[in-house]
Amino acid sequence: MNLRKLTLMGATSAVFAALFSTAPVVAAEDYMVLPSLVYRTGAYAPNGVPFANGVSDYIALVNARGGVNGIKIKLIECETGYKTDVGVECYEKLKKEGPVGAAVFNPLSTGITYQLIEKTWVDKVPVHSMGYGRTAAADGRVFKWTFNFPTSYWSQASAVIKYIGGQEGGMAKLKGKKIVHVHHNSPYGKEANPTLKILAEKYGFKLTLLPVDHPGQEQKATWLQVRRLRPDWVFMSGWGVMNQVAIKEAAAINYPMDKFIGNWWSSTESDVVPAGGAATGYKGTAFHGAGDSWPAHAAIKKEVHDKGKGAGPREGIGEVLYNRGVINMVYTTEAMRTAMGKFGTKALSGAEVRWGLENLNLTAARLKELGLGGFANPIKISCQDHETNGPVRIQQWDGKKWVFVSEWIVPMADVVRPQIEMAAANYAKEKKIAVRKCDGSD
Amino acid sequence: MDTLYAFFVAPFLDIADSPVFFIEVVIGGLSAGVMYSLVALGFVLIFKASGVFNFAQGVLALFAALTLVGFMDWGIPAPIAVLMTAAVMVVLAYAIERLVLRHLVNQEQIILFMSTLGLAYFLEGLGDTLWGSNVKRLDLGIPEASFEIQGVLLNQFELVAAASAATMVAVLAVFFHRTRVGRALRAVADDHQAALSVGIPLKSIWVVVWSVAGLVALVAGIMWGTKSGVQFSLSLIALKALPVLILGGFTSVPGAIVGGLIIGVGEKVAEVYWGPVLGGAIENWFAYVLALGFLLVRPQGLFGEKIIERV
Amino acid sequence: MLYREAGQFKTNYSADQAIFPILQDRIFLAVVLIFAFVVVPLIANDYWLQAILIPFLVYALAALGLNILTGYAGQISLGTGGFMAVGAYASYKLATSFPEMNIIVVLLTSGLFSAAVGIFFGIPSLRIKGFYLAVATLAAQFFLIWLFNKVGWFYNYNPSGTIDAPPRELFGILITGAAAKPWVKYLAALSMLTVFGLVTKNLVRSAVGRSWMAIRDMDIAAEIIGINPLGTKLLAFAISSFVCGVAGAEMLFLHLGSVETLAFDINLSFLVLFMIIIGGLGSVMGSVVGAAFMVLMPIGLTNFLVGWLGMQATSAKHLEFMVFGGLIIFFLIVEPNGLARLWQIAKEKLRLWPFPH
Repeated sequence: MNLRKLTLMGATSAVFAALFSTAPVVAAEDYMVLPSLVYRTGAYAPNGVPFANGVSDYIALVNARGGVNGIKIKLIECETGYKTDVGVECYEKLKKEGPVGAAVFNPLSTGITYQLIEKTWVDKVPVHSMGYGRTAAADGRVFKWTFNFPTSYWSQASAVIKYIGGQEGGMAKLKGKKIVHVHHNSPYGKEANPTLKILAEKYGFKLTLLPVDHPGQEQKATWLQVRRLRPDWVFMSGWGVMNQVAIKEAAAINYPMDKFIGNWWSSTESDVVPAGGAATGYKGTAFHGAGDSWPAHAAIKKEVHDKGKGAGPREGIGEVLYNRGVINMVYTTEAMRTAMGKFGTKALSGAEVRWGLENLNLTAARLKELGLGGFANPIKISCQDHETNGPVRIQQWDGKKWVFVSEWIVPMADVVRPQIEMAAANYAKEKKIAVRKCDGSD
Repeated sequence: MDTLYAFFVAPFLDIADSPVFFIEVVIGGLSAGVMYSLVALGFVLIFKASGVFNFAQGVLALFAALTLVGFMDWGIPAPIAVLMTAAVMVVLAYAIERLVLRHLVNQEQIILFMSTLGLAYFLEGLGDTLWGSNVKRLDLGIPEASFEIQGVLLNQFELVAAASAATMVAVLAVFFHRTRVGRALRAVADDHQAALSVGIPLKSIWVVVWSVAGLVALVAGIMWGTKSGVQFSLSLIALKALPVLILGGFTSVPGAIVGGLIIGVGEKVAEVYWGPVLGGAIENWFAYVLALGFLLVRPQGLFGEKIIERV
Repeated sequence: MLYREAGQFKTNYSADQAIFPILQDRIFLAVVLIFAFVVVPLIANDYWLQAILIPFLVYALAALGLNILTGYAGQISLGTGGFMAVGAYASYKLATSFPEMNIIVVLLTSGLFSAAVGIFFGIPSLRIKGFYLAVATLAAQFFLIWLFNKVGWFYNYNPSGTIDAPPRELFGILITGAAAKPWVKYLAALSMLTVFGLVTKNLVRSAVGRSWMAIRDMDIAAEIIGINPLGTKLLAFAISSFVCGVAGAEMLFLHLGSVETLAFDINLSFLVLFMIIIGGLGSVMGSVVGAAFMVLMPIGLTNFLVGWLGMQATSAKHLEFMVFGGLIIFFLIVEPNGLARLWQIAKEKLRLWPFPH
């Protein structure tokens, strides 16, 4: 018996050893490797899946049209399950992949972004954490390899307050108003708090912070407190199951939905659909459009999904997070195109793509050419500013789809930018980083 | 001094100041507690009859809810879908006994515990593979509107949840005390070997217990799934049931109910009145501390039998 | 034949009391150590070092810590993640408050903090046992994570709420931070594990270790023969938490480089518990083998399913969950005493080999 077990174990371990020898790689023509760190499993999969599908479909579209200036992109998905250590494993595995290494990493998780920020200096690969990650990375003088455009949590918080001010009839009317910030009790959720505190002082509204612990399936206590406070507005930085429960609980205490605003990770189809009719009227922020009414979406349907290369269900095209994946890839491929303007049409290294990201100038005309006119705001990145304090729009769930209910709201750069520079300067001091001069020499 | 005041005096003044709101908090706590009890019940049933601390209970609830939603998506009417899901849970119970438990008879408790963790992984993967990992809406037509009585806010859904928990406990009580299988179950819980020697088939009893736990998981899955949508996070409700378990005792059905209510009320009152002093989001660990404090006084839990040890 | 102690006569007490009394064991250990210290850094690439070997060494240390408590002293704990978090945050505070402090001193001192916290949360073990205790240690897990998340002092009030390992040198070589070479970190983690492994191996055969095992096997009987349950259990909690705390600090300084509380959540506690059960309760070697298994297994499965079978990353992950769960059950059924037990059986066989009886 025991001997049999041993043989069994021996065989298992032999198979196991074989697993680690890498699979044969097919040599191909010049191509770029674009790692896609996604989470299609685990507690946050409902949010990770549409994003990953958007990324995959858009790259498939670009490739179907011949790639970026003729250079194909090889998208390699690596499943992180939103776990930091797995994300690091993915990074180590993929950073040297392909003829010239990975082009750029989109970690899709604040935790993983933090891990990668320092590693990328050494490995010379840029990280683009689009609307998440370390807000201070907006200061490109300190964070040479990290980008977080088009906008950040801090910018978003100030834009939301601006919107609320507008709804109340002017910023002066904010005085004495009660605003509650219901947030995920994690570094991500707390990110907006400092900005909100500064604004509360500046405009004289009363801010109450209500943290909700992960995962947030039970929020009775939180919403009872909201019920007692009867705030004029509720802003939420939630994630995953927390959002769905919050919307249900808000409905259960009869809180007016149109005074309830989620941040851009709390206002997606996954958040409102499970709540059913209760969610109608719920608002959220966005930095890109919702729906599939753009020519690019039609192209994805025709050139990707009809050819059987679609990543997800056809109905998923145009969901908020799907579109976020699309806009992320628009930024990425356009940065590659920009870099090719300087370095020539070839497979670009991480360092070259970094230059492309830093010199990206995505105009309204170019967006229109891409079939995404008005989908997102034009953007221009610079050495100093890796974030651009990009504007946000408020969208509202009408029971079936998200519709824009505001124009682009420009965040209060005068409040946010000094905070960013201060945080970046502290970081530079702690890590002894030489601050770039941004005169083209570094 | 200010902190002491904020901690020891202010909350009580607050309670005295608005008793209606305090009642609301207590009711909120009770309704949350019922939801915890629903999950804890499944743990208790299995632990009682087989000594297995079944960590897969949360995943069972997820799996049941996923299956139910899957059936309903095929256009099967809700009542039939529920029955079909119940049948699936029974088949699952049989498979678990046949493939896992039977081979682990007489192993130490921690090994059995770990095997249920393995089971949890397996079912998670299976559920995701079969039904996909997007959030699904579960709507059995349970009313959800809120209404006020004397200024106290009540919610129909919570009343339904409480009623179904009460029904389930009543049914279980009858099942345990009035039926042949129930008596056999109690015998097994008391002593495996003695039960075997009087001719109770241990293996089929385990199938019965796991089936019942599967059905309890189905009810819990429906209740929690209606609230938050059916998704992976549903499996994490197991963590909410653990403090209930140590408070109520691993082997007591009434303990699971009363424990759930105590934990529910305790954590809500703590969060609402003491949370702001401590910075909020204290309810998760407070539930454990509350249960722990209780245990230090009564190590066998609320309704547990007195532990007698001999050398 | 290969593994036979016949003819190895002990002529003095110190030889008889050596940690490894059998020559073959000593040779085996020496070969393994030489391989690990010399050959591996020469042949392993960055990916292997950074993504597989360093995490493996850190987890092995954590598993060793938990094995002291659960495997030797018989107290089930689900608070490992919390104790590791104490180590990580304490080391961060120490390293940033006293920049001149030697990094090894930082790691060991943070272990002391963790030990103190461990003693505190070990107090309930005097009254409660088994799964009640296991669930009670979850109180530590949830409370500590909440605390580090809530109190800004622990992360120096930085707006992000995460802590980063500052770069530190040892003997003039950069050992932590992103710029440190992976092989340096690897050697540091390996040295720590070797030292702690040997210390533990020695400890568990001392009076302390024997009293732990007596408590594990039957606490009332142990008390009757004069073992103080209070001191013994708390000592187990202290030493276990110390080791776990050092592992947590290593996780920050050598493995991840930057952590938030999420890295120490309850899944980590379960993972480490898995390691010691798969590896073998009450076995130093089991902790290491179990950690190796649990680190390599998911990565190997993904590489196999995605790299060889060409599956989609997602369906591969789902399948991986199923295979992973299935394998755990399979191992528990085939060998409930863990992989370390297989090693023992192998040694028995080698003793007779090539003769059948």
